[in-house]
Amino acid sequence: MAKIWVYAELHQGKLQPTALELMAKARELGDVEAVALGSGAKAAAATLGKHGAKTVHVNEDKAFDDFIAEPATDALAALHKAQAPDLILFGFTSDSRDVAGRLAARLGVGLISNAGDVVAKNGGFEAKVPYFGGAKVASMRANNKPAIILVRPKSFEASETGGTAEVKELAATIGAESKRAHIVERVTEASEKVKLEDAKVVISGGRGMGGPDNFPLLEALAGALGGAVGASRAVVDAGWVPYAMQVGQTGKSVRPGVYIAVGISGAMQHTVGMKASKIIIAINKDAEAPIMKMADLGVVGDALKIVPALTAAVKAKKG
Amino acid sequence: MKIVVTVKQVPDPNSVTVLESDNTLSRDKEVVLDPGDECGIEEGLQLKEAHGGEVILVSMGPERAKDAIRKGLSMGADRGVLISDPQLAGADALLTARALAAAIKPESPDIVICGTESYDGSTGMVPPMLAELLGVPQLTVAKKVEVDGSTIKIHRQTSDGYQVVEGAIPVLITVTAGIAEPRYASLKGIMAARSKEIKQIGLGDLGIERGEPAETIEGLTQAETRKAGSIIQDDGTAVDRIIQVLAEAKVI
Repeated sequence: MAKIWVYAELHQGKLQPTALELMAKARELGDVEAVALGSGAKAAAATLGKHGAKTVHVNEDKAFDDFIAEPATDALAALHKAQAPDLILFGFTSDSRDVAGRLAARLGVGLISNAGDVVAKNGGFEAKVPYFGGAKVASMRANNKPAIILVRPKSFEASETGGTAEVKELAATIGAESKRAHIVERVTEASEKVKLEDAKVVISGGRGMGGPDNFPLLEALAGALGGAVGASRAVVDAGWVPYAMQVGQTGKSVRPGVYIAVGISGAMQHTVGMKASKIIIAINKDAEAPIMKMADLGVVGDALKIVPALTAAVKAKKG
Repeated sequence: MKIVVTVKQVPDPNSVTVLESDNTLSRDKEVVLDPGDECGIEEGLQLKEAHGGEVILVSMGPERAKDAIRKGLSMGADRGVLISDPQLAGADALLTARALAAAIKPESPDIVICGTESYDGSTGMVPPMLAELLGVPQLTVAKKVEVDGSTIKIHRQTSDGYQVVEGAIPVLITVTAGIAEPRYASLKGIMAARSKEIKQIGLGDLGIERGEPAETIEGLTQAETRKAGSIIQDDGTAVDRIIQVLAEAKVI
């Protein structure tokens, strides 16, 4: 059996959902061990066991919470030396990217990022990665051992199998030389009414909204529908709205019942984060925009007129 | 203070990506300096203006990538290095990071600035690899940077706000596109850039051999496409159609 590791990302003691999604895939691929580092690792181990981890390597040193990437890289590299896994799975998230990149460079192996699926093939592993602007899917084979693959959040559905993991203390000495990028303060800015990832309806705006002053139109529609407002990378980069609202490859992945893309052309960076939505409605002035080809309903018209009219109609319908 | 900014030439994100009949991307797209890297250069220039020193642009790509470097030089960067080698075509993240590290190391920079992710690949894997290979810490996803003596402090963007992260120079930082509004090159800057040095080097100069690829593409399949729906012109009935779809989806 192949030896599979799942890097179970924790944020201040809280196990991240991607870890459990990865567990669901990992247990199809071989014997699964998870690595949980930082506050809450032991509590996370119990959950990881229920999701199919046979062993969870834990270390609750606060250094893992407070320093970027280097302590985790040290611990994983040390454990790798002793255990030589065949595959290490990471979520494709900011924090995991930092660790996976550093680890791959230290071990001198490649990595495959932005994967939507992983399969075992010919004694190794292949990742399914969007290619050519998302029109194709490449099967990329990892030629090194360990294979390191980063999987986009929400690619798999987490499910419990029932089980108990053996919890092993991971011996790691985190020296001063790895305590260099120090998180000294955490600031919460966004207070979302409805969480974007959990919303049943998501209304996202792009460049076609014309400017940040028009985003309240989307807020009003979201309010009427009980949904949340998202955005494309272009408008986040332009500073119209905060990053917390970004939907896409390096933003949030969503799969709501209804996704309404307003003034968004549909670059791959955006669509990989929303194409699993059940119903997609696109409003765009350009009939040729790629988003139109993937929408269940594409409306060619002026978003600034359609959105307020739609909001009024939804309110009228709801009474 | 010596500042290295990594820059990349990418297909122009403002030009529409055309899918050819065989589903490959149109190859005749315009190429530009990655817009995210323009912000990195701007940040580098602002740090230089505040603390003195030099801004060096390091890129990897074909000969024409000199245009991207030249643009950064016309914004005010001091000189450029282009790693160009036929063997680097289609280089993966590890090889890219190794080549960049080998070119950057002799410069002994105080700060290496990278974009959080490129506009074309958008995977952001090279910077952490580069930091490891340079042996420096990485302060990532910065939307604000402050330098005080040898201390550097950033605001690291998170999904619900930001973290204040502190480190000491030498360091690698990745910056978001929102960090600084890139300046326009002045006519004087454009003229001055013509005589600024762009050193071109190959893999041999860096003592790197390409070796076996870490990943190989075993096959390409058609991406699962959503069944095409209907496209309508808004002739005044669009709102009714949308309401109908929302009702069928049982969200109203």
